[in-house]
Amino acid sequence: MEKKDLPAIAQEKFSFTQLDEAIHDQKFESKPISYFQDALTRFSKNKASVVAFWIIVIIVIFAVFGPLLSNYEMSFADGNYARCKPKLQVFDRNGSGFWDGTHTMKYNDNYLLYAAAIGMGATSTDSDDIVSWDAGMQSEFQPIISYSEPYMGGGKRYHDALVDSYYLIGFKYLTLRESEFEDLKKWQEETGIQVLYPMVDMKSEYFYEGNSQDANYWFNHAPNGKPLDENGKKMSLEDIQEKGLVPNYAHDADGNIKYFQPRGRSMKDVRVLYYNYFIYKNGFAPAYVFGADGQGYDILVRMASGTRLSLILSVCVSFVNLTLGAIYGAVEGFYGSWVDMLMERIADIISGIPFLVTATLFQLHLVQTGKVSTFVGLLFAFCLTGWIGTAYRVRTQFYRFKKQEYVLAAKTLGAKDRRLMFKHIFPNAIGTIITSSVLVIPGTIMSETSLAYLGIVNFNSKDMTSLGTLLGNGQNYLGTDPHILFFPAVIISLLMISFNLFGNGLRDAFNPSLRGADE
Amino acid sequence: MDMFKYVLKRLALMLVIAFVIMTICFVLIKMLEPEIPMLGIQAEIEMAKREALGYNKPILVQYGIYLKNIITEWNWGWSWKVDYMKPVTEVIAKRIPPTLILNFLSMILSIPFGILLGIVAALHKNTALDHFISTAVMVVVSVPAFVYGFLLQYFFAFKWGLLPMVVSSLRDAGGSWMSWTMIRSMILPILSLSFGTIAGMARFTRAELCEALTSEYMLLARTKGLTKGQAVRRHAMKNAMVPILPSIIASFTSILGGAIITEKIFSIVGMGSLQIAAISMLDYDLFVATSVFYTLIGLLGTLIVDLSYGFLDPRIKMGAR
Repeated sequence: MEKKDLPAIAQEKFSFTQLDEAIHDQKFESKPISYFQDALTRFSKNKASVVAFWIIVIIVIFAVFGPLLSNYEMSFADGNYARCKPKLQVFDRNGSGFWDGTHTMKYNDNYLLYAAAIGMGATSTDSDDIVSWDAGMQSEFQPIISYSEPYMGGGKRYHDALVDSYYLIGFKYLTLRESEFEDLKKWQEETGIQVLYPMVDMKSEYFYEGNSQDANYWFNHAPNGKPLDENGKKMSLEDIQEKGLVPNYAHDADGNIKYFQPRGRSMKDVRVLYYNYFIYKNGFAPAYVFGADGQGYDILVRMASGTRLSLILSVCVSFVNLTLGAIYGAVEGFYGSWVDMLMERIADIISGIPFLVTATLFQLHLVQTGKVSTFVGLLFAFCLTGWIGTAYRVRTQFYRFKKQEYVLAAKTLGAKDRRLMFKHIFPNAIGTIITSSVLVIPGTIMSETSLAYLGIVNFNSKDMTSLGTLLGNGQNYLGTDPHILFFPAVIISLLMISFNLFGNGLRDAFNPSLRGADE
Repeated sequence: MDMFKYVLKRLALMLVIAFVIMTICFVLIKMLEPEIPMLGIQAEIEMAKREALGYNKPILVQYGIYLKNIITEWNWGWSWKVDYMKPVTEVIAKRIPPTLILNFLSMILSIPFGILLGIVAALHKNTALDHFISTAVMVVVSVPAFVYGFLLQYFFAFKWGLLPMVVSSLRDAGGSWMSWTMIRSMILPILSLSFGTIAGMARFTRAELCEALTSEYMLLARTKGLTKGQAVRRHAMKNAMVPILPSIIASFTSILGGAIITEKIFSIVGMGSLQIAAISMLDYDLFVATSVFYTLIGLLGTLIVDLSYGFLDPRIKMGAR
């Protein structure tokens, strides 16, 4: 460029930007993105996985705090309420049929009467007066919430009745000690809740002794259970709806109604309305949020406990497998040659044993001999073979990275083997390890549930259970009480789906190049 | 020749592993105290029987006898609880047909269907159809098999009464595994087994085919003037099948093993329930035999996958490092 092209600028207009200060590299104004931040950004773009993550969080919260939602203790069981339907106390008797402990039953006249008589009996506390149908229907202890018009089917008359399974238990005969009886009587007077009901005259000609265990036969009835009027004449459903039922109560020598029957010296037989007796015993009305199982345990509490067990077990397994697998794989991959060869063969043998066999042998040798608990035995079984997958992945990563120049450089600078392995090569494998440790969880839950379902590991105890055990026990009631299976099946399915989605999301986030590919 | 050597080497290795596992199983099982459930004279007879069969000798001596019996007379011991004093081989042979039929039928039905779904999803990658199939597959793969079992049983058998709840016994079905009563009662278990296989197959096929479709030879094929259909059929499909076919072949070895959970739900008297019975009744000889059976099936499956890669794809050299 020629000098003349430049416009003439006066010398003094120029100044030095810096003359004496030292020049430094400037810091980046943008923030550096670390490996994990990068993965996190990618992960949060994957909506399904984020949703799955939150579902997992909700399930974990349920597993930990779920029991607080229920009045029941883990070990609480009341056989009388076995197989009761799910019920929220706020929906009690609202007639909607939604989550209120009811189910629709197809009743013929006899069954309809039997159920209706429970509510009618509940209104008859202190007299021999005939109990009217209408009063019984309005009783707050009436199991039949509503019933349909009759219809014919196969020559018989049926009603569809919406029945509350909690009130259907009705009356029970109990044997109480003197002190218990006095307590109960005092409580009944204080609260005004009627628990003690008149005893039934079992010597009456209108009582069938085959029903002496069933406290719901408080009225005059024939041996086939059909109600009789005061003269012993058979009554049809219409008769009863018009006239009512005739009580058959026991009386003492003075003609007063008897509320107990002495048994031996210090015991008393009483007839109680079980619903109220339950309130007296436990301080709350019976209502199982997710229903009761075949033994009268609360499904919600046992489910939360089973989920907790599955989650704790799988996290333990994941952690142990991660550690073992990482070390084993690192040693294999780093040293190669005969070390690798030998360790691979050992892994081959261990991985060849079917898991069922491993689990069984651990159960037989350690658990059933009482050396360790069921949980620990299962943990051992999972850890015996579980680390092989992680070890394999870490080994692959080591083979890939150990010959790279930066490793050689570190070696030249005198880095020891351990430093090379864990400081220089291992971080490359972290993404795969995290992913696989998450994907181990659903697999473990699945195997644990299956083993418990098959009955190979036994979690069927008062204060410990597993989702698999719940499912295995519930299978017997598949037809009649599907709710026993429904809730555990839903939660296990949700767990599996969300953990798999979450794991896949993590894998895509850590290995963008693997996106969409299969494990 | 190299290939032959490699196959032999792998086979030998497999047998060695199976032998080691068998030894471990045998020793661990024999270390358990054998229980005598009976009393009085029966217990004496029982003890005498065990004495005669060599059950009171040291474990390693017993193992020697056990191995000798297997090699010389193909005698795997006797079942003590499940089927009293019947040879184990006979007990197992009786249980194989139901498992075999069930799994075979399920596989025949589900593999083509699964592959088809996978192909459809891959060809319509990232469209609504693909998202739908992939999501459905994800859900179906995750949900445990017993949940399907329960759902099918509840709706088809209990609610609608269309099909039997459990699989008929051989006697009810007129003594034949192929009678109509039997097949009809097997529909539900076959369905519940198929869901998982269909979903797994569809996922696998989709992943492999997607990879093949984006590779460079496909670009070349299209540049040469092939239509999309031709390119997919002749190039992408063939390459995608390289990993898929071995897995199909391997799954045919696993049909012998059966699905333990499905067998329990539908009360099928197959291999799976035999294994469970052997475990829960502590039928020791049967337990060792079924364990070896399952181990061999597992190992054989892996071996077949590895070897068939080499046979199917000439680019993969077997035994090469």
